[in-house]
Amino acid sequence: MHLSPDQIIFWQQGIFKLNATIANTWALMLLMVIGSILITRNLSMGMERSRWQNLLEIVVTSISKQIEEVGLSQPEKYLGFLGTLFLFLACATICTALPGYEPPTASLSTTVALALCVFVAIPFFGIEEQGVSNYLKSYLEPTFIMLPFNIIGELSRTLALAVRLFGNMMSGAMIIAILLTITPFIFPIVMTVLGLLTGMVQAYIFSVLAAVYIVAATRVRSPLPKTDAKQ
Amino acid sequence: MLVDWFTVGAQLLNFLILVWLMKRFLYKPILLAVDQREKLIANQLADAALKKAEALKEREEFHSKNEEFDQKRRDLLSKATEEAKTERLRLLEEARTAADELTAKRQQALKNDAQNLHQAIVRRTQEEVFEIVRKALKDLASTSLEERMADVFARRLQELSGVDKVELAKALKTANHPAVVRSTFNLPDAQRALIQKALNEALSSEIQVQFETAADLVSGIELTANGQKVSWSIADYLTSLEKAVNELLNKQVQPEPPHSAPDSAPPLVAPAVTAVAELPNDSAEPPTRVKEKVG
Repeated sequence: MHLSPDQIIFWQQGIFKLNATIANTWALMLLMVIGSILITRNLSMGMERSRWQNLLEIVVTSISKQIEEVGLSQPEKYLGFLGTLFLFLACATICTALPGYEPPTASLSTTVALALCVFVAIPFFGIEEQGVSNYLKSYLEPTFIMLPFNIIGELSRTLALAVRLFGNMMSGAMIIAILLTITPFIFPIVMTVLGLLTGMVQAYIFSVLAAVYIVAATRVRSPLPKTDAKQ
Repeated sequence: MLVDWFTVGAQLLNFLILVWLMKRFLYKPILLAVDQREKLIANQLADAALKKAEALKEREEFHSKNEEFDQKRRDLLSKATEEAKTERLRLLEEARTAADELTAKRQQALKNDAQNLHQAIVRRTQEEVFEIVRKALKDLASTSLEERMADVFARRLQELSGVDKVELAKALKTANHPAVVRSTFNLPDAQRALIQKALNEALSSEIQVQFETAADLVSGIELTANGQKVSWSIADYLTSLEKAVNELLNKQVQPEPPHSAPDSAPPLVAPAVTAVAELPNDSAEPPTRVKEKVG
């Protein structure tokens, strides 16, 4: 029994190793990219289009709309980052339905990596939008006394992002594994469905939180106090 | 340790690669397709709006043209109706005039026919009547009648008066030839003497008289001398009656009004009868009436 797919190591050479997390991530990436390529290979620009294209269009436009609703006026700019974040997490969750598949998001390393991405993306987009000085000034608001708290808040929310996702995904996989040993019939299926639901919710929460942080960072001289939107 | 920092780095890299790949193979083409479609729809909508506007304009145009056409049609129809009415009236008038003319012609023809027939019948009747009278008188003529006629002729000679008498006397005196007395039958001597005597007494002189017979006299005697003529003959009566009847007929035919119906023509024999009959009434009745009124 292991808590993380990191512990399943297929190959190791010094510090380089190929564990289940990386392998599953690659499989997931392959699936997503090949699927995208296959569907977008014969894209129809007219009114007639295939079902798969229609599905992808719905997904992409829904994400774009969601980003816009959160508060980002140019969703196309953030679609690459936030959309991929959501799609990666959602696909990982869906793939848990496959027997024996360990989602990469059940590894704290993956969630930390994603949280770090968000952690870097927030100042990146913030600086891009309002410049270095204005962005840095936002740490001194409402007063300079709040600077350490703002910095702690920045770090803690990144940590919270990572741990929240890891906890939810890991617990789901763990519960199913435990239940399989206790009641091998029917009940694990119900728990798997529940796991899918919580996984999708977590994917949504992770993406929306990332979007909210970016919105907070990119809003020029926002009249609203910087909120630490925690779950 | 739950966090494997190599895995963290690898996942970080994986995620960044995935972001690029997704951008490259998913978002870009999908957004492009969506944009293209939106453009297409927008174009189609604009096109539809344009076409709708054009259609509306054409509809308006068509509507106005239709109304114009209807108005023209109504105008033409009313004009045609008016013309047809006028033409109908004209044709009716023409037909009426033609019918009137034809009727008038027919009436005139009928009237002429009736007149001709009437005249023919009148003339024929007249001729027949006179022929019958002549024939009857001829048949009735006899010696005794001749004697009677000679008596009447002698009385006439005696009753000659004024101018006639003087003229006759003058003619007889200046005549180179003796006077000629003509009769239908040869007069017996007694009548000859009677006539001679009457002539002598009337003119108070001896007159030379030559007696002759003439078949053309119907029944009568005539005395001719140097252009003067004294006669008594039924033929004379008949001739004068014929003349009077002819005059009367001609008078009636000429002044007849144009529209008098053929029915109103007088009976064929009536004029002669009325003419004869009216004479005594006209001469007798009015004076008595005047007298009565005066009295």
